[in-house]
Amino acid sequence: MAYALQQLINGVALGMIYGLIAVGYTMVYGIIGMINFAHGDIFMVGAFISLISFVLIAMGGWTAGPGAILLVLLVSMAVTALYGWSVERVAYRPLRGSFRLAPLISAIGMSIVLQNYVQVAQGARVKPIESLVTGSVELWHGNGFAVSISTMQAMIIVVTLLVLAIFTWLVTRTSLGRAMRACEQDRKMAGLLGIDTDRTISITFVIGAALASVAGTMYLLRYGVIDFYIGFLAGVKAFTAAVLGGIGSLPGAVLGGLLIGLIETFWSAYFSVQYKDVATFAILVITLIFMPTGLLGRAEVEKV
Amino acid sequence: MTQMLRLENVTTAYGAVEALKGVSVHVDPGEIVTLIGANGAGKSTLLMTIFGSPRARTGRVVFEGRDITGMPMHEIARAGIAQSPEGRRIFPRMSVRENLLMGAQSFGVDPAPGLEQAFTLFPRLKEREAQRGGTLSGGEQQMLAIARALMSKPRLLLLDEPSLGLAPLVVRQIFTAIRTLNRETGLTVLLVEQNANQALRLAHRGYVLVNGRITMGDTGAALLARPEVRDAYLGTH
Repeated sequence: MAYALQQLINGVALGMIYGLIAVGYTMVYGIIGMINFAHGDIFMVGAFISLISFVLIAMGGWTAGPGAILLVLLVSMAVTALYGWSVERVAYRPLRGSFRLAPLISAIGMSIVLQNYVQVAQGARVKPIESLVTGSVELWHGNGFAVSISTMQAMIIVVTLLVLAIFTWLVTRTSLGRAMRACEQDRKMAGLLGIDTDRTISITFVIGAALASVAGTMYLLRYGVIDFYIGFLAGVKAFTAAVLGGIGSLPGAVLGGLLIGLIETFWSAYFSVQYKDVATFAILVITLIFMPTGLLGRAEVEKV
Repeated sequence: MTQMLRLENVTTAYGAVEALKGVSVHVDPGEIVTLIGANGAGKSTLLMTIFGSPRARTGRVVFEGRDITGMPMHEIARAGIAQSPEGRRIFPRMSVRENLLMGAQSFGVDPAPGLEQAFTLFPRLKEREAQRGGTLSGGEQQMLAIARALMSKPRLLLLDEPSLGLAPLVVRQIFTAIRTLNRETGLTVLLVEQNANQALRLAHRGYVLVNGRITMGDTGAALLARPEVRDAYLGTH
């Protein structure tokens, strides 16, 4: 029981990271109907920008504390957002109106470009960072097993919830969010109503990249090592999360992320670590067989 | 008199298929002009060509003296033209209120008077204010599409078949609303209709579009009186 509870905490903390990345996939899919395969690499870029920011701050002699982490988060969000914007501008916008597969192939190309760019600019070796957030709180002690939540895990959960709350408010309550939803539901009509749809799509990429960069910062702090290749597997997992939750659905992306995190953690804890990815993807396949639109995806029923 | 909207010899095509073959029409300020024609004549294409989608291959579209032919769609809207398009295109997963707000938000206008006008014009929308657009009936969606187009306080309103599939009572209500708006606010209207009888009675002037070409243009009453119009679009009496 205590052991399971511990896994639940571990799984939620991991799932939050997947969820943050998954939101970017699902948003872009919703608005322009393409899978942005470079999104995992945007997450990786976010992690690297966080690392560089931490190093710069340390060089400036500021000892790491909550203030430093907040600053890194903001810097990383801003710079990564710029990357997200550029990717859309360079690789996808010129292909709008082209055949459906074109931006998809362009996305794969962009993913390779980003990986190689970081590999060349930062080196191929794994980059470590010392633990900045340490300590943990023991929540419960039972049967000789202590259930605890580390400060890091608590931070991941709190920061993610906060970011998602702001994001939800943005999408559901502001005119910008309304414009984004309008473009998702009927882009041409949005244009007829004076919405600059290209700009709205750009903003979608900017927001998706900023969320992925938060995930990147959290990943860096949690695991302490990053390299140019982390975006691939994290991207595939987050994409899986988005599909599991129902691609196009924002709550679905977060739910999918949490489920993937939990499945992975519980499988590793009770069965074999080696097969955790097999378990994750097997559950995805089974879910899609019985619910082709994902857990919260909608079947397209509209009155004409 | 300066024309509000002018299409000069406009040609549009979908791939190799020409939908408009050199169309010239104009709308003067304060007018209701109707465009009648059979299914597939190119009526909806003409309205969408004004918004540049599809873009005119040849010819020009001029609005208030300004050539808008190559302009991006959102800038054409912001120039003062609104459209209630074919198929109504209500945002299905937004509430009625949000659909209406969408009509105003890119124009820097206060949405409050627009909402009030919409609810006065179509009280039904007030009752449905919080309901999702996709769950409305066809008539309610039509009212919403027109009300949404009016939210930006356009100088020119393009209406694509507002009577399509609606009960006669609702059609009358919508046509009355158009006439009221035209008389009281001076709104200029370009109305595309298959329901030629009512459209020609409402409009000051009309054009007949056949296979992408304008074949007749005259006052509404004059067109109504022409035997060839009566035979083709009104049913013989």
